[in-house]
Amino acid sequence: MSYSDKVIDHYNNPRNVGSMDKSSNDVGTGLVGAPECGDVMKLQIRVNRDTNVIEEAKFKTFGCGSAIASSSLATEWVKGKTVDEALAIKNMDIVKELSLPPVKIHCSVLAEDAIRAAIGDWKKKQGAEKPEAVATR
Amino acid sequence: MSTDVKIPQELGHTQISAPKGVKLPIYMDNHATTPMDPRVLEEMLPFFMEKFGNAASRNHSFGWAGEEGVETARERIAKLVGATTKEIVFTSGATESDNLAIKGVAEMYREKGNHIITAVTEHKAVLDTCKRLEKNGYRVTYLPVQKNGLIDLDDLKRAMDDKTILVTIMAANNEIGVLQPIAEIGKLCRERGVIFHSDATQAIGKVPIDVNKQNIDLMSISGHKMYGPKGVGALYVRRKNPRVQISAIIDGGGHERGMRSGTLNVPGIVGLGKACALASEEMSHEAIHLASLRDRLRDRIMNRLDETYINGTMEHRLPGNLNISFAYVEGESLLMGINDIAVSSGSACTSATLEPSYVLKALGTGDDLAHSSIRFGIGRFNTEAEVDYVADRVIETVERLRELSPLYEMAKEGINLKDVKWAGE
Repeated sequence: MSYSDKVIDHYNNPRNVGSMDKSSNDVGTGLVGAPECGDVMKLQIRVNRDTNVIEEAKFKTFGCGSAIASSSLATEWVKGKTVDEALAIKNMDIVKELSLPPVKIHCSVLAEDAIRAAIGDWKKKQGAEKPEAVATR
Repeated sequence: MSTDVKIPQELGHTQISAPKGVKLPIYMDNHATTPMDPRVLEEMLPFFMEKFGNAASRNHSFGWAGEEGVETARERIAKLVGATTKEIVFTSGATESDNLAIKGVAEMYREKGNHIITAVTEHKAVLDTCKRLEKNGYRVTYLPVQKNGLIDLDDLKRAMDDKTILVTIMAANNEIGVLQPIAEIGKLCRERGVIFHSDATQAIGKVPIDVNKQNIDLMSISGHKMYGPKGVGALYVRRKNPRVQISAIIDGGGHERGMRSGTLNVPGIVGLGKACALASEEMSHEAIHLASLRDRLRDRIMNRLDETYINGTMEHRLPGNLNISFAYVEGESLLMGINDIAVSSGSACTSATLEPSYVLKALGTGDDLAHSSIRFGIGRFNTEAEVDYVADRVIETVERLRELSPLYEMAKEGINLKDVKWAGE
């Protein structure tokens, strides 16, 4: 199978590779996929709590070139967006941008899942924090 | 706090320049197919134009020239495996030979029994043929393999019953290169009066095969896995002690003593014959050379990278085969990183079915490690400089991809990946 130039570019020069402190309150972490299935993505976001803007995004991916490219692209796209705007990113947008063939669509689905999981984790942390803040006031 | 991982840009795929004496891309996938030996091509060439005759034309010189080419080839193949010329039937390749052997025996010996024994790591040409026979009322036992990739002879003994008509076990595996105990299997079958077929596609010309010493009754041979042409193969069919009979699956002009009709592919057959002649002369020292290259590749890679695992036993193995799993790295992404080198992966992403290699799964290799496997097939034309280049490219790519792998990061943090509750499971 041959890859599109964009997939090759992301594979060779992945954007925003790395990790953030997952215990930090302003960081949301999404870990999706399974080693047995051949794909695991970890996507992390740091969100400004005043503006809800994703200021930083990092990823690490175990998977094929299309999986690496999908998650790399996802970090690029969520950066600078508000949490709600990031939730609007759909896997088919990734498919289109990277010209993924049908057999690789699951890579884009996983990337969308990773975005949702990271935002979900961040939201959970914000929810858990607030009652505590009330209690100490 | 965030930690950035530096991905060296110069590791991109096209920027690499080959070291002296290495021409890119490098072909190291010799279990898939081999390049033809120039000496084989030279021998074949006259049979396309000057000696184009139909080997079955008995009454003119054109036909005789073709027949002479075919019979020389038959002698050379027979000599390589210890057979006689009348025991060699030409086919279009090993897939056809496997079909002819298995279906041919099943039909011919239907009165005697309906049970066939094979192994789970056989090539699809054998497995799918057996599956079709199951639909037609035959019983098939698929023997498991041990962790080392070999069948357990006691399993085979237990599986045999008075309805068993055929045992079909490959000589060498196409993915992990392990050599099944063919002589022991042959002896067992002979004692019990069961016909023994072996798909020896990967073994012929690489390791010594003798149909009499190993009690083989039927054996599949392919041209293009041994530096011969594609589209030609042979089936060895034992003629005495005991005589084995098979029903034809292709009917027609009664070529090949009725076992395989169809005008003979004379140039291809001549090429297969030459490939066998070369193997007879060169196999013993070529095997030593290939094994030394293979061990060099293994040592260079495994001395540098931790958590790499060899699939299948090293003790009973084709000299040119190496199959390694690189933990925490997915096989297809590894192939993408070494795209100036032709090798194969057991990763699901490289297969049409999205399932990882059934051979590796049968060894008990976890799916995660099956996804991480690479098969190196070293052949006649590979050099030491190529092996070193391949090892270095694999090492740097695995290291790069591990820096990108969340699994590697988790493992380094001391997390047992088996304990993690994965969302995708």
